[in-house]
Amino acid sequence: MAEEFDVVVVGAGPAGSAAALVLARAGKSVCLLERGPFPGSKNMYGGVIYPRILDGLIPNWWEEAPVQRWVTRRATMVLTGTQSLTVDYRTEAWGRPPYNGATAYRPDFDAWLAGKAVEAGAVLACETTATGLLGAPGKGGIRGVRTDRPGGEIGARLVIACDGVNSLLAKEAGIYGKADPHHFTLGAKETLALPARVIEERFGLAEHEGADFEIVGCTEGVAGGGFLYTNRETVSVGVVLHLPELAASKKRPEEIIASMKANPVIAPLVAGGELVEYSAHLIPEGGWVMLPGLVADGMLVAGDAAALCLAAGIWLEGVNFAIGSGMAAGETALEALDSGNVSAPGLAGYRKRLEGNFVLADHRKLRRAPHLMLSDRVQHRYPQMICNLTEAMFTVTNPEPKKGILAHTRIEARRAGVRLGQLARDTASALRTYG
Amino acid sequence: MTGPGPMRESFEDRMATVEFRVAPTAHITVDGDSCRGCSTKACVTACPANLFVPTADGGILFNYEQCFECGTCYLVCDTEGAISWSYPEGGHGVVFLRS
Ligand SMILES: Cc1cc2nc3c(=O)[nH]c(=O)nc-3n(C[C@H](O)[C@H](O)[C@H](O)COP(=O)(O)OP(=O)(O)OC[C@H]3O[C@@H](n4cnc5c(N)ncnc54)[C@H](O)[C@@H]3O)c2cc1C
Ligand code: SF4
Ligand code: SF4
Repeated sequence: MAEEFDVVVVGAGPAGSAAALVLARAGKSVCLLERGPFPGSKNMYGGVIYPRILDGLIPNWWEEAPVQRWVTRRATMVLTGTQSLTVDYRTEAWGRPPYNGATAYRPDFDAWLAGKAVEAGAVLACETTATGLLGAPGKGGIRGVRTDRPGGEIGARLVIACDGVNSLLAKEAGIYGKADPHHFTLGAKETLALPARVIEERFGLAEHEGADFEIVGCTEGVAGGGFLYTNRETVSVGVVLHLPELAASKKRPEEIIASMKANPVIAPLVAGGELVEYSAHLIPEGGWVMLPGLVADGMLVAGDAAALCLAAGIWLEGVNFAIGSGMAAGETALEALDSGNVSAPGLAGYRKRLEGNFVLADHRKLRRAPHLMLSDRVQHRYPQMICNLTEAMFTVTNPEPKKGILAHTRIEARRAGVRLGQLARDTASALRTYG
Repeated sequence: MTGPGPMRESFEDRMATVEFRVAPTAHITVDGDSCRGCSTKACVTACPANLFVPTADGGILFNYEQCFECGTCYLVCDTEGAISWSYPEGGHGVVFLRS
């Protein structure tokens, strides 16, 4: 027997919980489905959450959100096997309300956010996998979901698919074409236990402060990057690897992590850390170029399920994009339910909402970034060139006099196999992308 | 790497840090016949849980029990029909606690 809700939201990740919270607060009946034993149990990330998007939804969220550390130090590292160059930024401002980024465990954070939706009146059903859609676009629209619970059809006027990167429901609805592996990266990480005091000493942090290290040139030639984040009594260290290159390299993810951890710059930071959890998950890395249709008759798609994670090299932000798109999906659903038009045209306001805020504005602006960041030059040639250039500038070769920066650049570009015309074009493209 | 030896041992220790509530039925199945004709065997090294083990006759031995449910295998496999992929039944499979 189909149980009727105004909306069934599939997936209690940040996108789904934000959508459910908006709808439940407005008095709609909402069922929030989660296949894991609790929200967050399936969810792995780097990770740092940038929660300012919650300001309007949960005032003073920082007083209650389950945070590990507030990020006050952000370093970007370029490594070669034997050299490293780091841009290391610290600010006390990020350690005070309203803060900027926080390290957090997703099983804690996602469970907390889902709890907010439940407090507002959403019905959370865990241990329940949505196995398919009821109805179909065009043929009277989508009218709910099938689940693997006995008699588990759940009827609803609208479905919001927040089922994450593999987005089986969006694929079933036909709004997500055949997935292209070039648009995905695999993230694999180790959570390593270290005493809080050791973490604070090694990373130069005060008690509640945290560090965020983004690392290029540490992935054994496979396009991607590395990360190192501090939690209260653990550090998260891992890599993000472009799928086709990973497959072609015949290297294993954990071996690439091991080689990054053995790098002389990283090794002292993680030394003695005991592995307490190993984890892996995909990232929809393509951004703008892989955006699916965002709606179908009776359905909206938000978060990673709609490839809305922002992976633009120096930025990896998915949780805030999931919350932002989930909120917009919830608001659009409210409007559509009240007007009685839940067809795809009736849901067109969703895309406009996303274009009007950071979600699609950032994606549009940074649409060239994923391609640029995964290019051979940014991945291999430039890191080598920049390290060599820095080394040349600071190596004193008396009695020879100092060369100018331009002369060094010409020499090092040639050594790294970079043509100056290409360097100029990439610089222009980087300015267009990030400027 | 996949045979007995120190590397294999440490991979088992690594996976022992992860909680799995193993479902009675497999959520992923691999068609050994399709694999015998596959020259890339991309799944073997890319699967972060190391669940695809090549057999002497060119096939694949697959065990779903310690799967991260990530999706890497079906994306790197380009043999149509070799992998049928879905999620485990509700409440089962991987449980992360400090991710
Ligand atoms: C290695 C890595 C590092 C990252 N680092 C960062 C970072 O530092 N900062 C950041 O902001 N983002 C980061 N991200 C991205 C971020 O994790 C995602 O963008 C974000 O989790 C997306 O949220 P979501 O709600 O859309 O999807 P998810 O968090 O994936 O949630 C989807 C939910 O749906 C459930 N579900 C799926 N299918 C079904 C079904 N059929 N039935 C019922 N339930 C279902 C799942 O169990 C899950 O709970 C990272 C990602 C990875 C992989
Ligand atoms: S699963 Fe796919 S990639 Fe792996 S061996 Fe079989 S056909 Fe090849
Ligand atoms: S889903 Fe991921 S962990 Fe599971 S078998 Fe496929 S590649 Fe391995």
